[in-house]
Amino acid sequence: MTEQERIQKQRTERTREESEDVSVVTKKGEQLKAELDDLLDEIDGVLEENAEEFVRNYVQKGGQ
Amino acid sequence: MAISKILGIETEYGVAGGPDFDPTTASSIIVNAYAQQGRTRISWDFNDESPGTDARGILGVGSLAPMIETHLANTVLTNGARLYVDHAHPEYSSPECRTPAEATLYDQAGEEVMRRALRVANETLPVELAISLYKNNSDGKGNSYGTHENYLVARDVDFADVVRAMVPHFVSRQVVVGAGKVGSETDVGMAADPAFQISSRAEFFEEVVGLETTLKRPIINTRDEPHSDAERFRRLHVICGDANMSPVATFVKLGSTALLLAALEDDGVGAFPPAPARPVRAIRDFSFDPSLHVAVTDDEGHTRTAWDYQDALWQLAQRYVERHGATAVASDDEVDMIMRQWREMLDGVRDHPEDVADRVDWVAKRRVVEGFQSRYDLRPGDAKLRAIDLQYHDVRRDKSLASRVGLREMGSEEDIRLAVQHAPRSTRAYFRGECVTRFPDDIVSANWDSIVFDVGHGPLQRIPMMDPTRGTAELVGRLFDENLTAVALVAALNG
Repeated sequence: MTEQERIQKQRTERTREESEDVSVVTKKGEQLKAELDDLLDEIDGVLEENAEEFVRNYVQKGGQ
Repeated sequence: MAISKILGIETEYGVAGGPDFDPTTASSIIVNAYAQQGRTRISWDFNDESPGTDARGILGVGSLAPMIETHLANTVLTNGARLYVDHAHPEYSSPECRTPAEATLYDQAGEEVMRRALRVANETLPVELAISLYKNNSDGKGNSYGTHENYLVARDVDFADVVRAMVPHFVSRQVVVGAGKVGSETDVGMAADPAFQISSRAEFFEEVVGLETTLKRPIINTRDEPHSDAERFRRLHVICGDANMSPVATFVKLGSTALLLAALEDDGVGAFPPAPARPVRAIRDFSFDPSLHVAVTDDEGHTRTAWDYQDALWQLAQRYVERHGATAVASDDEVDMIMRQWREMLDGVRDHPEDVADRVDWVAKRRVVEGFQSRYDLRPGDAKLRAIDLQYHDVRRDKSLASRVGLREMGSEEDIRLAVQHAPRSTRAYFRGECVTRFPDDIVSANWDSIVFDVGHGPLQRIPMMDPTRGTAELVGRLFDENLTAVALVAALNG
């Protein structure tokens, strides 16, 4: 293997690794998004129905 | 050698509903509901509020009583905690604990006490008057209430050094342990108009050092009420923290602060980074900037972000632990866990927040808020987003959003159940808790540093407990084994 070929091979391998990294990141990103979607669905189900009124009625006297 | 960092948290809960929507009435109903369960009916003794009443003897009825709503429910629990109505909020003050993990468990026990009290109270109320409780710090309309930490500090540490050493931590620790908030509610907050803040409490601070807790709140509170031997001890009363739903965040908040106080006691203030030139501005500006980019300048002209401050303080604590071992704070394993979690959460908030959304409250809350915002195309500060913020802190499991976002657990259900019932074995809270459990009919009142017995003949007997590190299971366990009545116990203590 000439010097040129070796560099070429290293470059190819590096490119392959990088593209694998990118696909891992994409997969992780998709998984995170799916998890968040599930969580938001669940929260949608328990969130107080009239948000406006719920928030407006929550008034406290100041404390320490 | 640093003294034991005995510590605890007192939490004022937000309260809604109840007859006439009066928060003081609702708070009383909550505290009484728990007391009437037969779990406790012993009054809190306000005599501890006046220094110098360390002698046992006749209880001075009404003497030197401070301006507190004494007609309201005010009790001591079998786990050594105090449950009462403070400023129109039900408040749970945890018993004195020996380590940050223990104090975290007793903070969780406080949530469980509130859950149980709420269940009992709501069984007796018509459904339209049902009460709800929130472990949070404000109502979104400019009214704030506190989550206060307490740490035992050696009296011989100069208070000016406490201020110098701790201001950098108190303004910056929010990046790791802030509870997060949608929008803002003070004049200064609304001028900055952040869509989301790191801390729920930061915008309410107006002074660096002071005695107030309800107005012109200071970052360092100077209340000097040690509830112990004032010649030897100080109780650092920290009022600038957020109410955490994440137990790991509570643990790191307590652990990091306790370690830095131990380092201050052993090595002095010299190694601490200089405070920002304008600390009040720093605590607010850091809170208004979830991007973590805002930097502030110290008196020497150096600039640091909140993250930089936390990094420097973590390194200081790490060097301290390597040199001294930190037995003042906890076991080696526990100290190791504090340092590891603190580091991971600090690196996480900057580099990969999604990895610490299971521990950092503001990151967990923000993820849901921004998720909703983009799903429904909502404007910043929309009522739905504010509702998420509020409901994140609901103590009821079926309503709480915090219990749904995947926060890491610390204590097990069983640990928490036991902590609701029994005091920590590691501090004087053990003596208080055992007395209240064993001799409820013979105790007139109790407070942090004494218990008053009525043994049926002669004057009331006050048993002082001026050292928080004593009265442990190890020291007084045998006393309870050998003395099965209050009369015998008091006689043995007087002997």
